[in-house]
Amino acid sequence: MANQMDISVEEQPKTKVGEPALANKKEKERQVYKEIAQMDSFKALVKKKKKFLFSTTILFLIAYIMLPVLTSFTTVLEHRVVGKITWVWIYSLSLFVMTIVLCEVYKFRANKFDKDVEKIMKEYEDNK
Amino acid sequence: MNIVTISFFLGIVGLTLIVTYIAAKKTSSASDFYTAGGGLKGWQNGLAISGDYLSAAAFLGVSGAIALSGFDGFFFSVGYVVANLVVLYIIAEPLRNLGRYTLADMITARFNEKRVRAAAALSTITIVILYMIAQLVGAGALIQLLFGIDYWVAVLIVGTMMTIYVLFGGMGATSWVQIIKACLLLFGTGLMSFLVLRNFDYSIITMFDEVSRATEHGDNFLNSGVKYTNGFDSISMLIALVLGTGGLPHILMRFFTVKDARTARTSISWTTWITSIFFTLTIFLGFGAAAFVGVKDIMAANAAGNLAAPLLAEYLGGNVLLSFICAVAFATILAVVSGLVLTGASAISHDLYGEIFKKGQLTEKQQMLAARVGSIVLAVFSILLALGAQSLNVSFLVSFAFCIAASANLPVILYTIYWKRFTSTGAIAATVTGLISCLVLGALSPNVWGPEGTAIFVGEALFPLTNPAIITVPLGFLAGYLGSIFSKKEENDDIFDEITVKANTGMGVSDISH
Repeated sequence: MANQMDISVEEQPKTKVGEPALANKKEKERQVYKEIAQMDSFKALVKKKKKFLFSTTILFLIAYIMLPVLTSFTTVLEHRVVGKITWVWIYSLSLFVMTIVLCEVYKFRANKFDKDVEKIMKEYEDNK
Repeated sequence: MNIVTISFFLGIVGLTLIVTYIAAKKTSSASDFYTAGGGLKGWQNGLAISGDYLSAAAFLGVSGAIALSGFDGFFFSVGYVVANLVVLYIIAEPLRNLGRYTLADMITARFNEKRVRAAAALSTITIVILYMIAQLVGAGALIQLLFGIDYWVAVLIVGTMMTIYVLFGGMGATSWVQIIKACLLLFGTGLMSFLVLRNFDYSIITMFDEVSRATEHGDNFLNSGVKYTNGFDSISMLIALVLGTGGLPHILMRFFTVKDARTARTSISWTTWITSIFFTLTIFLGFGAAAFVGVKDIMAANAAGNLAAPLLAEYLGGNVLLSFICAVAFATILAVVSGLVLTGASAISHDLYGEIFKKGQLTEKQQMLAARVGSIVLAVFSILLALGAQSLNVSFLVSFAFCIAASANLPVILYTIYWKRFTSTGAIAATVTGLISCLVLGALSPNVWGPEGTAIFVGEALFPLTNPAIITVPLGFLAGYLGSIFSKKEENDDIFDEITVKANTGMGVSDISH
């Protein structure tokens, strides 16, 4: 609730008195962002995150797009597994399982990244 | 229509109006109106996002498509489910950390230029209107079929209801309508799937066996190729589905209803589980309808197969289950169109009017008024378009909206978050190229041009694919890249630092919103 108050104050048309103070605050904030962005530990985290996120994304997109590629240009998925159930159903449902597994993997990794962020923020505060 | 049907409908309408009344009392600021004050819990938002995924097109459309064309109908289900990962891995958290009400807010966090905001708002409005016409025309046709009332009356009923929810309850009411509907839909689908499996002696092998003999397609029904004969067309459609979801403005907006990135993460994890279960169950609905109702009767009720699920419900549980499923389908339509109205209104009232025309100099009261006026304008405009579009085959409009979202929005979102050299010219180039290439190729496609009776105009289609995503998505990314490297490098290193820090740490979220 207190935060909501902040925003309504901020959103009022800016008065002449408030303007320099506001600009000053923005400038200070920007400085903080810049300092954090230049920390080695922060850079390492961003790099680690990007590597994890994009390599996983590329992998699951390839697994996914192979489905129409295989059904359109080959007949490998048309063979039966059990009864009349063909591989195409198994492949599709494996994609569902993959989605749930990767979702849980993401949550696990993201929670660790959160801890890294906490550490970085503490390091920043300590060095100030 | 009988007493059971009427009570289910009145029950749904009553429940949603109570929710709206409660939400209305809590809606006192623009932040309440657009994002429910950012106060939704992870599971609540997760259910609400699931509600957005499980639109009438998904529930009625996918189960009907599976009943009529077997595996080819199930393609959609796979696309919707895997799309969760794209949203979770590369969009949800940075979006929550950078934006406030709209997609344009997030992009202008980096490029504070009116033309960038205008381009983003334009693509949002285009997608919302296409999607909305599809939903409204589908809703009108469905209600007309179910209750025998005139099409225009049906559209007006849906239109009025959605306007009431949004106008009074804003995002709070819209979210709760979504949550209620998602629960009802899961319950109904679960029950029907159980009954279908029971009728196959609880054996999935028996089910596949019997379905392979139930249709004229025989064993082919269980493989791809009944509906999609052009491989590039099915690949293109699957690209649009998986990448488009992460660019659909009404889905993106839902991430602003939670307080931080961690909750955004929890939301989409809920959505992943729910949609994975639901879309697995669509197999039972589709196969059940094909085996027990029969393709002939499904096609007789509606040529596109949209009534397969209600007909199956009637077979399995008589009038009571039929009424329940129809009421749930009605709630589904209402919930999705309400979310669309709200998203469109945010682009019109917040982006175009508030931020561009009035330069952000609006008081809280003026913002609320603008939001409500915007909602009414958008609702009336969509209802009018839907009234005129009755005879239009609308199923392609939905896949088309996905295509624009993937081609115009996704490149800009990704570049904004992850690419340092990206410029405002690149942002506009990507949005405009994505949007226009989709519209042009769509206008030349077999959906619009075809032999008598199959499309809007009679003639030869100049572009062979029904969904152009395979061309337009790379075009959008390429335009963003070229637009950036051929425009002057902007002195925005500081801002990119700011974006990176905010996106990765969530710093400043409490300052910019809620």
